[in-house]
Amino acid sequence: MSIIASNGFVTFRVNDQWLGVPVSIVQEVLLAQRLAIVPLAPAEVAGFLNLRGQIVTALDLRTRLDIEGESALDTAMNVVVRHEDELFSLLVDEVADVLAIERERIEPVPATLDACWRAVSRGIVRRDADLLVILDVGALLRADAVTS
Amino acid sequence: MDDVLRDFLTESAEGLAQLDLDIVELERNPHSAELINRIFRAIHTIKGTCGFLDLTRLERVAHVTESVLMLVRERTLDATRPVVDDVLAGVDAIKAILAVLEASEQEPAGDDSAVIARLERWLESGAAPDPSPIAVPTTQTAVRAPVATTAAAPAAMATAAESTEGTSGEGRQSASESSLRVNVVLLDKLMNLVGELVLGRNQLIQLATGTEDSVFEKPVQHLNRVTTDLQEAVMKTRMQPIGAAWSKMPRLVRDLSTASGKQINLELHGAETDLDRQVLQAIQDPLTHMVRNSADHGIEHAADRVAAGKPAAGTIRLNAYHEGGHVILEIGDDGAGINIERVRQKAIERGLVKAEAAASLSDAHVLRFIFEPGFSTASQVTSVSGRGVGMDVVRSNIERIGGTVELQSRAGEGSTVRVKIPLTLAIISALVVAAGSQVFAIPQIGVVELVRVTEEQQHRMEKVHGVRFFRLRDTLLPIVDLATLLALNSATERTEFNIVVCQVGNLRFGLVVDEVFDTQEIVVKPMGRLVKHVSVYSGCTILGDGRVIMILDPTGIASTAMNAVQAERTAPSRAVEAESTQQADRESILLFDAGFPALQAVPLSRVARLEEFSADQIEEADGRLLVQYRGALLPVIPANPLMDVRARSPRQVVVFAHDGRSMGLAVEAIHDIVDERISLEANAHRPGVLGVGVINGKATEIIDISHFLRQAHGPSAVEVPV
Repeated sequence: MSIIASNGFVTFRVNDQWLGVPVSIVQEVLLAQRLAIVPLAPAEVAGFLNLRGQIVTALDLRTRLDIEGESALDTAMNVVVRHEDELFSLLVDEVADVLAIERERIEPVPATLDACWRAVSRGIVRRDADLLVILDVGALLRADAVTS
Repeated sequence: MDDVLRDFLTESAEGLAQLDLDIVELERNPHSAELINRIFRAIHTIKGTCGFLDLTRLERVAHVTESVLMLVRERTLDATRPVVDDVLAGVDAIKAILAVLEASEQEPAGDDSAVIARLERWLESGAAPDPSPIAVPTTQTAVRAPVATTAAAPAAMATAAESTEGTSGEGRQSASESSLRVNVVLLDKLMNLVGELVLGRNQLIQLATGTEDSVFEKPVQHLNRVTTDLQEAVMKTRMQPIGAAWSKMPRLVRDLSTASGKQINLELHGAETDLDRQVLQAIQDPLTHMVRNSADHGIEHAADRVAAGKPAAGTIRLNAYHEGGHVILEIGDDGAGINIERVRQKAIERGLVKAEAAASLSDAHVLRFIFEPGFSTASQVTSVSGRGVGMDVVRSNIERIGGTVELQSRAGEGSTVRVKIPLTLAIISALVVAAGSQVFAIPQIGVVELVRVTEEQQHRMEKVHGVRFFRLRDTLLPIVDLATLLALNSATERTEFNIVVCQVGNLRFGLVVDEVFDTQEIVVKPMGRLVKHVSVYSGCTILGDGRVIMILDPTGIASTAMNAVQAERTAPSRAVEAESTQQADRESILLFDAGFPALQAVPLSRVARLEEFSADQIEEADGRLLVQYRGALLPVIPANPLMDVRARSPRQVVVFAHDGRSMGLAVEAIHDIVDERISLEANAHRPGVLGVGVINGKATEIIDISHFLRQAHGPSAVEVPV
């Protein structure tokens, strides 16, 4: 299985934006889950979900990245990632294939990109029809960067 | 970290904890061969491994300490107080080096020549079996402070690091064979897994109870029993006797008695009381602080004690026992007690309470000020305490783990701090409630009582200056509406609801919830970094049906609610303006009963406060009724001329303030607060009434405040617009 190599990326879509995270940090992908709302939590925290007894913080990527469209939390897919021993679920519209991407194809983030996006992007991959943004999960989940 | 080094550090830490106890005990019992052997062995082990690990600085100190102990063992040197002092100094130096070693894995550079020189002094004089006591700066009798361990204490020693039953090395062997060193991480993991099992069991029970005569009934019952036992057993593996947290106390008290020149005995009771190691760690610092306090503020100097007819030596008493799922820890002394008047004075100086209010506070209430930040009554700063950082830190540390702390004190007889802490932090008993169609858990330890408010009791809800209150028996209980606080959309106007009365330190408040379910044992799970800063929660948990719910933190709720009220008060004008344009000049109206057929109304914005005065507070002078109120005389005017104000006690009084002058309007009862538009629909005939309007579908008299102000302060009282 060459695609589950160190250069594999799980790709997913929010609205019409394709995003990717390294496959090594993805624990699993789940269909829509029952979310427990956390009142007063930052807007992008969609809630908590119970993954076999473990608490997973669900992050609404649409809100976090300020992407257009209505958040449909009851149909969102969950990309469950492990970061610094904590589980997070990235809520996305659609999950696609795991892609093997050679390092050379990942280009630096252009300086013209919106500051919020630049902070959470590790690079951009040019594809035939669109651009794929590789996310920096560490930056995405920095508590102080999260708006409240 | 290197395995050999880690093992060395773990072993040394265990050895040293026991060492302090043993050395202090040795002073009391200088000829116990067993004690001397044990102390000697502990130091010897450290020294031996030092050489192996090439820790030269540590080795030098350990070596000279060992040499002195050797003389004691050979009976060429007596374990007198100065000898013990220097040996303890050597042990301290060893500890300091070990601490750095643990943090940095490097032996720190430094100079121990002072300590070594002190110890070497004994080596030189060691030949002479009786070192001259003249070398001691103070006389033996003045400083002598035997740290006595009473009948209960040997139990403490026994449950501590090792058994004292064996008289020699063999005893130690057998103890170590029957126990096993387990990594704490593994224990924590075990605890988590059991938590999961408990959840699974709960789920299964819910499923099984739904069906009658289920074939699962028996196996589920069995699983239930086993799970409960397993949970208890695993909890026990994490339990440590509280004696482990006390092991530093004899040494601490000895040092404090030396530093202060007081004679202090230490009594330990219930050292075998078990509690979770996490809790144990959390109380270590508060405990040390409280013992310091007792030694420094509590216990008097010998001369003062004798003069007061007490034994010259004071006693600090630590007592621990289990009480209904909690551990009670008492730290008591037989010292001078707390000067309540001084605390009262200090509280006034610090602006915690108004002078006139302070006088009427009970002693117990006054004592609670001690737990306020920056509160210290020590008239001078000593090396031990009195710097104003203190009991507030103790309180917040204990409250952080869901505990409570209270203080009792009697002048001349001493003080006792009583700490109530949960057995474990991992599984707690919690009340499950619902607000705004969401379910929450509230830790049981913070809940005082539950009050169900029916439709008829709604009038007991009041609003003063932006804060809602509920009249609970004799007190006005501040109310926090959980759904509002959490910005949840509460479905409809509630006619019935529940108040969960919570206690946070001195503050008691009522949390309004829609429904109260049952009490459950819940497994506390951390919330994750993105939500950790939201102070109204202390964690989350998973219910039997798999739902995740939040655990509320009453402390956080109280402070969040307080901030919200403050924000509302400081920036009211805009919000009110915006609201009023939308809501067609509605305003909050206080409705009260003055004994007239119709209710009376006054805009709440004109009301300064709602008060209750007892009949004997309302005095008659100059043909008027007056109450001593906030440092001035408040005239009290009956809302109804036929009312006998003092016939009802306590009497409800609506306080108005205008142009710096106040007036209290005595009423029969506060009826309600409503949001309505005031429109006068009929003119008034009776003095004191502006007109009659319809509020809540009923004819209601709008009172003329200026009429009553004129009555109180004469005709010069300025007209008040309504």
